[in-house]
Amino acid sequence: MKALTLAVLLLPLVALAHKPSDSYLHLDRAGDGFTGRWDVALRDLEDVLVLDADGDGAITWSELRARQADVSGYALARLKLSTEGAGCPLSAASALRVVRHSDGAYAVVDFTAACPTAPGALDVDYSLLFDRDPQHRGIVRVGSDGAGEPLILSASRHTAQVSLTGLSPWRRFGQMVHSGVEHIWAGVDHLLFLLALLLPSVLRRDRESGRWVPVTDFGSAVKDVVKVVSAFTLAHSLTLSAASLGWVSLPSRLVESAIAASVIVAALNNVFPLMDRTRWMAAFALGLLHGFGFASVLADLELPAGSLAVTLFGFNVGVELGQLACVAVFLPLAYLLRGTPVYRRAMLVGGSAVIALVACAWFAERAFGVGVSFI
Amino acid sequence: MRPRFLSTRGVLRTALGLGLAVSLGLSGCGQTPATERVPFTPTSDGAVLEQVPATATDAKARERAALRRALAARADQLDLALRLARLDIEEGRASGDPRYLGRAQAALAPWWDAATPPPGVRLLRATILQGRHEFPAALADLDALVRESPDDAQAWLTRAVVLGVRGEHPEAARSCAMLTPLAGSLAGAVCQAQVKSLAGRSKEAQALLSAALARGSHGVEEQAWALSTLAEATARAGDTERATKLFARVLALDPSDAYTRAAYADLLLDLDRPRDVIALVKDHGQDDNQLLRRVLAEAALGTPEAPALIEELGARHAASHLRGDALHAREEARFALHVQMDAAKALKLAQVNWEVQHEPWDVRLLLEAALANHTPDAAGPALRFLEASGADDPGLMALAERVRKASR
Repeated sequence: MKALTLAVLLLPLVALAHKPSDSYLHLDRAGDGFTGRWDVALRDLEDVLVLDADGDGAITWSELRARQADVSGYALARLKLSTEGAGCPLSAASALRVVRHSDGAYAVVDFTAACPTAPGALDVDYSLLFDRDPQHRGIVRVGSDGAGEPLILSASRHTAQVSLTGLSPWRRFGQMVHSGVEHIWAGVDHLLFLLALLLPSVLRRDRESGRWVPVTDFGSAVKDVVKVVSAFTLAHSLTLSAASLGWVSLPSRLVESAIAASVIVAALNNVFPLMDRTRWMAAFALGLLHGFGFASVLADLELPAGSLAVTLFGFNVGVELGQLACVAVFLPLAYLLRGTPVYRRAMLVGGSAVIALVACAWFAERAFGVGVSFI
Repeated sequence: MRPRFLSTRGVLRTALGLGLAVSLGLSGCGQTPATERVPFTPTSDGAVLEQVPATATDAKARERAALRRALAARADQLDLALRLARLDIEEGRASGDPRYLGRAQAALAPWWDAATPPPGVRLLRATILQGRHEFPAALADLDALVRESPDDAQAWLTRAVVLGVRGEHPEAARSCAMLTPLAGSLAGAVCQAQVKSLAGRSKEAQALLSAALARGSHGVEEQAWALSTLAEATARAGDTERATKLFARVLALDPSDAYTRAAYADLLLDLDRPRDVIALVKDHGQDDNQLLRRVLAEAALGTPEAPALIEELGARHAASHLRGDALHAREEARFALHVQMDAAKALKLAQVNWEVQHEPWDVRLLLEAALANHTPDAAGPALRFLEASGADDPGLMALAERVRKASR
């Protein structure tokens, strides 16, 4: 008997096979107060609220939904926000949602905090779960640029004061515009796609010979570019919004592979033309895919629902500005060179072939996990 | 030949073809884990969001809940608190979820910070600290405990284990010697064998265990413990064929033994049998340690699943760092070395890990990372350690020889 108790307690080179308990709290300025999003692990909530009503070991959506008032109430009672000594009462802002972190499912509590005066600094007093698990940590972000280190609150350090200078919605808008520009410039796949669609803009197909000939006036080239870019923009704005609001979700591998495939299609079309003046339709259809790609950038910021509108708009504006900058450089150059064989052969056909090859490598890597190293 | 104007039909055809190609390419590739990073509202009532202990069928889970309620009314009931903390630690080991160690700590809250807590609390406190790799603090408690109550077998055993992990083999062996008269000869022998195997003298450990197992019958759990120690020692001694059989036998006795499963996966990785590794750990992806083995196997094979799994494991490591943990330096070093192919990072992690623990895997990682990084001298501490321990395990010896050659 003694040996049995021994064996049970001994083997405890407890290999810690999971991450310990954390919650993710994100606060953002909104008017005289804040909007907040708080992700709390269902495994932690189960321990304090017993969500698994039938005790079968699985928390279902209906079990969680039935207890959403308890979940919000439990969490919000364990967070105190105040500015200059005056409290900012919290209230749940919308129905409970769910999100996956790398270690499991979390309840998403969206809330608002109404402060009596426009705050200059915010005091946070966090007391969730410390009584149940002293190793719990509250990981708190204030502001929406996703930059900087979050606050890590623990049982021994559960309060913090955060300066709010530079956290106005305008500044947030500016940050998101910047982030959008950055993303379009860093995302080579989006740029190559756009380039592949734009290369033929200064040419048109001759009806008799079927060969590329230069367009006669700048205006018709601009018109074509505007159509293609607008269609692309409209399409990716639609899917970016839908994905960020959680209406649609696609596996990221599918999206990334499909984006690579879209670049192949756009580039090959320049070599073996199927679409000419109707490229805007392809730009629209394939732009829908790219929007899902952009959405992953916003998902990483884990924003409160309340600040999503400004953020989305800002990010979109940034992406458009980034695109326009490319077009502004590309179009005059392409127009000047359009009559030369260099443009038609080397740039249009050769360039497109290179783009298609690069995109094939991406596709192989993203869809089949085949590592190809280049660039 | 071709229509002069491309029709909408053409666009549709292209889009359809594209969609078809992609979905064909991706079908049967399994689900990507990170699809729901954006908050969503589940569409079906029955959607299962999370697995938790089933209170309807799990008597231990019900008992924990009842004890917690009783302690919520009055926290300073020592017997109840000890019982709850013990159950929580047990569940923590079975599930691998460190939350339970935190909950055990919470149950012991009234005594947790005391300089001289009751012996029962001290033992559990040491166990919890050990689980968090806070070895010096755990040892301080265990040393005090064996002074206060020298006939506490559990204290001697836990002390031997912690000292063994730290690489203090002679003192660990002394702890094991104290155990034999208190807990029986098999327990004493397994304890000694574990220390020998940790010191890289696995042939001696094998002989000791085989002899002890041959001496009469034992309890099921005790035997499983002995067998899993034997399996690991056999693998370290280089008798891979026998080790494979032993690991399979231990897992058949107790499929929930995550430690043995990971050790078995490591052996299969060394034997270049990644497909068997995947079959072994595939259904245990919630466990970071098993996921690491799967990632190493999938990456070695270059499977379509590899990128998503690599991303998933990377995200888990990042989430750990965010909260300020550096508990997984050993696993991260292997990830950096074999998946990210970043030898400098792997060496740094192996060195950080070496500060904390000195098990054979820690020795091996320091040697491998130093070699990969072309800085064999960085492995000096591991070489000196092997010499001082009198190690003769063939795998470690061969690796040490390569390091010595490289530094000449």
